[in-house]
Amino acid sequence: MREISKTRVEDTRNKILDIIKSPTLTHEQKVANLANAADSLMEVLDVPEGLEELLSPGIEEKCICDLFEGQAPVRPRYIIPDYAKFLKEGSEFLQLKPPTDLMEALNHLLIFYKHVPSVTNFPVYVGQLDELLEPFIDTVPEDVAKKLLKMFFVHMDRTILDSFSHANIGPKATKAGYLILEVEKELEQAVPNLTLKYDPKVTEDEFALAAVECALHSAKPSFANHEMFSKELTSEYVIASCYNGLPYGGGSYTLCRLILSNIAKRSKDLKDFKENQLPYVCDIMARYMDARIKFEVEESGFFEHNFLAKEGFIHRDRFSAMFGLVGLAECVNILMEKEGKAGKRFGHDEEANDLGVEIMDQIYAFNENHHNPYCEITGGHFLLHAQVGIAEDVNVSPGVRIPIGEEPKELVDHLLVLSRFHKYFPSGVGDIFPIDLTVHKNPEFVLDIVKGSFAKDLRYLSFYSSESDVIRITGYLVKRSEIEKLSSGQAVLQDTTALGMGAAKNGHILERKIR
Amino acid sequence: MKAVVNHILPFSSVDGPGNRTVIFFQGCNLDCKYCHNPETRNLCGHCGDCVKSCPTGALLKRENKVVYQKDKCVDCDTCIKVCKQGASPKTKEMTAKEIFAAVKKQIPFIRGITVSGGECSLYPQVVEELFVLAKEAGLSTLMDSNGMISFKEYPGLLQYTDGVMLDIKCFKEKDHIKITGHPNTMVLENAAYLAQLNKLEEVRMVIVPDLYEGKESVKKTGEFLRKFPGFEKIRIKLIAFRPMGVRKEYAHYKTPEQESLEEMRSLLQKMGFETIILI
Repeated sequence: MREISKTRVEDTRNKILDIIKSPTLTHEQKVANLANAADSLMEVLDVPEGLEELLSPGIEEKCICDLFEGQAPVRPRYIIPDYAKFLKEGSEFLQLKPPTDLMEALNHLLIFYKHVPSVTNFPVYVGQLDELLEPFIDTVPEDVAKKLLKMFFVHMDRTILDSFSHANIGPKATKAGYLILEVEKELEQAVPNLTLKYDPKVTEDEFALAAVECALHSAKPSFANHEMFSKELTSEYVIASCYNGLPYGGGSYTLCRLILSNIAKRSKDLKDFKENQLPYVCDIMARYMDARIKFEVEESGFFEHNFLAKEGFIHRDRFSAMFGLVGLAECVNILMEKEGKAGKRFGHDEEANDLGVEIMDQIYAFNENHHNPYCEITGGHFLLHAQVGIAEDVNVSPGVRIPIGEEPKELVDHLLVLSRFHKYFPSGVGDIFPIDLTVHKNPEFVLDIVKGSFAKDLRYLSFYSSESDVIRITGYLVKRSEIEKLSSGQAVLQDTTALGMGAAKNGHILERKIR
Repeated sequence: MKAVVNHILPFSSVDGPGNRTVIFFQGCNLDCKYCHNPETRNLCGHCGDCVKSCPTGALLKRENKVVYQKDKCVDCDTCIKVCKQGASPKTKEMTAKEIFAAVKKQIPFIRGITVSGGECSLYPQVVEELFVLAKEAGLSTLMDSNGMISFKEYPGLLQYTDGVMLDIKCFKEKDHIKITGHPNTMVLENAAYLAQLNKLEEVRMVIVPDLYEGKESVKKTGEFLRKFPGFEKIRIKLIAFRPMGVRKEYAHYKTPEQESLEEMRSLLQKMGFETIILI
């Protein structure tokens, strides 16, 4: 372990005191922040030379961001346990036998969730709930099943204090699936996030329309292009955290992101960007991710000692890593300016959009050529990821999104631009559309757009009603009323509310064009 | 053959089932007091009033005709506000092929197209040609019409029309004249004809308490439609008057109470109509 300076220790001690005294953090949020502060004193990773200069500057300058993963990863960032195995076999470590009815199944899951770590200390994936619960759904009368599910979801919302937790349903309609949609529509809660794996060839319209109805009340579920994800990650994939496609029974070791706009800023011109700057930053970020993965696999001991691995709920060789990026739109705009074509903007101009595609092709090719020995499940490569942004991002649009305020006037033009970019990101990319209230009376309108979009290679879409309290910030959900509470200085239950407040201020997410 | 098109809306959630591209034609053969897009009623007379008031110079007069330059327009609608003719200089003469080229971009996001207006039935030939092209592309075809032309006389058009969404502005003839300036004999004849053909997709009624007795009209319309087999499937849309877009002299009409709309809904439900939408 390398030494660190006295000043860094002192700075951290001050930060710790601030955390302890914070009036707006709950106890759980303080504990998590204290752990991060302790971790920030570590120096154990074998990081590539040149990283510091790209990683440590402020948001206007930094080219790589490691999304608060810390200095010594104690667990993989995202863990996707095999819940089906758990409900079938129980767990020796948790001293639980397989459940025999719906009550036991739900109770088992709630127990298990408390033992699934992640970067946020809360489970980022809570299971394919319709399939998991369908075998138990008829063990009680329907009204009891609905009541139990309601309690189950309320329990999750109030104890999983972070809306990066994600449940999946679909693509086939089930009784459990319908009940889940019914309950979520009534509850209008932020947690858990919910995705319908949708395939127009498999999913009945009636079920998909129930999902739209639910989404226009509670901003969920989102729609995932099941055919596309299945082709890339096999049918053994899940949607976790914001919208991340990951292998079942595994997960992602790490997620770092390129801040493309800042790489464009440090480039002399387009040629310099393509030939020097982008390849340089990609290489350093990939080697930084290699170093994190090496520590997790070879030194942290997680895969040897945690019960999830020991009992086979996760498998080390089903983990991959996410090579993220943000700010493609701003990157293209900056490069067009440097080429003397300032008026040609991403999302509107064909030449600008073409440049966006060229940049993505280059990053895709880089990733195909980079090899990591511990990402066997994805052919030894990372998975590209269009990261949704963080609260601190200023003038950096999530992933490959068109900046808020610059959305094309017509939704069809917006979708046609996106259709060129979603295909690059098996580990997630998505777009969000607030929908005018009149659509409540025509959910088929939304479903037609989803069907058309998936036929046009879009991967993941979210909708919410312009009037609802629960809204989608970038990938996660937050209640507007909770943001208001927090901004008036009161503590709130979920840590994501603070992120939502930041995103409202810096990312203008409340100003999205209503469709 | 060309038709005057006011504009084409790529995605619409309110002009029939699912997502549809809507073509708004220019010109109308009624003059409804509560018309919420009165600038679609008449054709441009090339008087040039709008040219003088355009703040961006998007309009100019060439050979005594008003010419519209789309690339300079900022959609402030000043031209529409100053027009005394109930028209718009922003219209375009288009063939069915040209219109369909603008529709194509929305495939596969849409399930169909709807022609509206103004009044689409003023251009029966262009609509028929357009619908033939739409059908070839697998799109459904709907007309949003005031029913003032005799559909009986256009069997070709109806062959390619999946359904008509018909306005019955008022059942009582006297009030219909008061609202629109014209009697409703043809409208009701068309309603009956389309209902028999199973092509009456939707009946719309705009409820304006200050203008006519809404409940009475809804009741009579319901009783009239009930005579036809399969009437249960005719979608009924009760639209509350709202002052948006309405000419100043008529914008003072009151919006109906939600309660009275609900009353009308339950009246229709009792008659057996399955789908009643309040907007």
